[in-house]
Amino acid sequence: MMTEQKKSIVEIKNIYKCYHRESLVVPVLHDITFDIAEGEFLALMGPSGSGKTTLLNLIAGIDKADEGKIHVGDVDITTLTETELAAWRANSVGFIFQFYNLIPVLKAIENVELPLHLTTLPRSKRHEHAAMALSMVGLDHRMDHYPGEMSGGEQQRVAIARAIVTDPTILVADEPTGDLDRVSAEEILSMMERLNHDMGKTIIMVTHDPRAAQRASVLRHLDKGYLNHDAAQNPL
Amino acid sequence: MMLLKILFRNAFHNKLRSFLTILGIAVAILAFGLLRTVISSFYAGVEAASTSRLVTRNAISIIFPLPISYTEKIRQVEGVRMVSYGNWFGGIYINEKNFFPNFCVEPRTYLALYPEFVLEEKQKKAFLADRKGAVAGQKLAAKYGWKIGDPITLKGTIYPGNWDFVLRAIYTGRDNTVDETQYFFHWTYFNEEIKKIWPRYAEQVGFYMIGVTRPDIAPDVALNIDKAFKSSLAETLTETEKAFNLGFIAMAEAIVTAIQMVSFVVIFIIMAVVANTMAMTTRERTGDYAIMKTLGFGATDITILIFGEALVVTLTGAAIGIVLTFPVAKAFGQQLSTYFPVFLVSAQTIYMDIAAAFLIAFFAAIIPTRHAIRIRIADGLRRIG
Repeated sequence: MMTEQKKSIVEIKNIYKCYHRESLVVPVLHDITFDIAEGEFLALMGPSGSGKTTLLNLIAGIDKADEGKIHVGDVDITTLTETELAAWRANSVGFIFQFYNLIPVLKAIENVELPLHLTTLPRSKRHEHAAMALSMVGLDHRMDHYPGEMSGGEQQRVAIARAIVTDPTILVADEPTGDLDRVSAEEILSMMERLNHDMGKTIIMVTHDPRAAQRASVLRHLDKGYLNHDAAQNPL
Repeated sequence: MMLLKILFRNAFHNKLRSFLTILGIAVAILAFGLLRTVISSFYAGVEAASTSRLVTRNAISIIFPLPISYTEKIRQVEGVRMVSYGNWFGGIYINEKNFFPNFCVEPRTYLALYPEFVLEEKQKKAFLADRKGAVAGQKLAAKYGWKIGDPITLKGTIYPGNWDFVLRAIYTGRDNTVDETQYFFHWTYFNEEIKKIWPRYAEQVGFYMIGVTRPDIAPDVALNIDKAFKSSLAETLTETEKAFNLGFIAMAEAIVTAIQMVSFVVIFIIMAVVANTMAMTTRERTGDYAIMKTLGFGATDITILIFGEALVVTLTGAAIGIVLTFPVAKAFGQQLSTYFPVFLVSAQTIYMDIAAAFLIAFFAAIIPTRHAIRIRIADGLRRIG
């Protein structure tokens, strides 16, 4: 039986990254090369200090590689300037973080609307899109609540709504369940699964949690900055 | 709009800190405004001086008199419209605490030369007709509860004895820059009494006040007056009223400079305090700025947020400080009317308050902004958690 070869949405070629600590040079990533297919739900795993978050930051365009190329869609993001990268991130990447990273002085609806202020959408459309995104994560009744008035799980759902409101090319999630209890974590993972299955969103998730990783369609392991090239298809 | 919303909400997010910072700025701006008003009040006499009036005094020092006989000769100098004269009397009312400026003057010419002292016609006539009559400013009369017809006795500190007067008129200022705490009486009465006690000091005046026909000829007229008395027994020094008044301020220059320095130190201290608060605030919000940068917001947006927050906090404090300056200055002026007869908050002081507020906001925001812009997103995100 022939299996359909999916088109790559992210192509990572020979990436090297070091951090400079005063006179010390700390290598973080060594010759990382792999592709991420469109619609893939990738879990990046590995021990602390293995370079998972650094790799995620490079793919999301919030950090720059020392060597190598990263293509996302048709864009070689390693050649973009800071300003171009900012505009590219606004259009192409949705972010979900461990600590939700919502703006505390903005209500849930305003937090979700925030990335839309960088688009040309009129005010009424921005509000409409944000309300729809909140409704998709089941928080239409919490629109006017501030982050401080919501549970961790609810805040992470607001963060997911903010991540998907611009309809980005990829979603990146850094330990999205790391600060949540078991029940909330399961809710968030189910939501991400639905985004992947039902909406075809490409998701790249960094996690320590094997249970979270089980939800992904592909697992990749990093260790001491080296990629284990045998990507495992998740049995689930 | 969203940025405005964020910066306004950020500015008042930590209510206690915002309140204390705003209170600090309000007090600093109030102190700055009062100190600037004190400085302005030193110069009130200079500001109120007429450009068409000259003052002639003894060239050696103001404490040496000039003969009354100079009057006619001065009057004959080309460009002179009117000549008046007077002496500093330096009397006190009841005791030393009750000090106010008091002079003896030639009343008709003096009132003609100083139209800014407004007297009711009936009172003016009564004053001119009574040799022992006196005129007091409205504030002075109000301070001591004097009414028209009240007998007033001043104790001479330069010219000994008790000097009796009858209050015949109370003047008001033509505008709010006029000193309403002065007291003046007839030079003739003074001269007659001096003849009795110190005959050799009679027929002498402390200064001449001269009205010129046109302000632009005042320097030439001054020169010609002094030329007329060159090589006489008492040479003269003639200058514009403004220069004459400035000469008095020059005596207190060290005090004025000290007040000026203190006013700037106040602003510098609050600048440091607000800068520290902004640095703390920005540090706390490093994660917020990092996430905004992650979402695609740029350096300009972050700059607007930090500068905007600093401006909101500083201008709120400054507005409160400015509003408070008026009643506090009024109370201050009433308490110290003897020393600062004209104590008004000028438009210039308000402009300086506003400029100081902008300066505080600018210096408070500049370093935190630079830090927030330069920090790598990845480092900023690491601060969260």
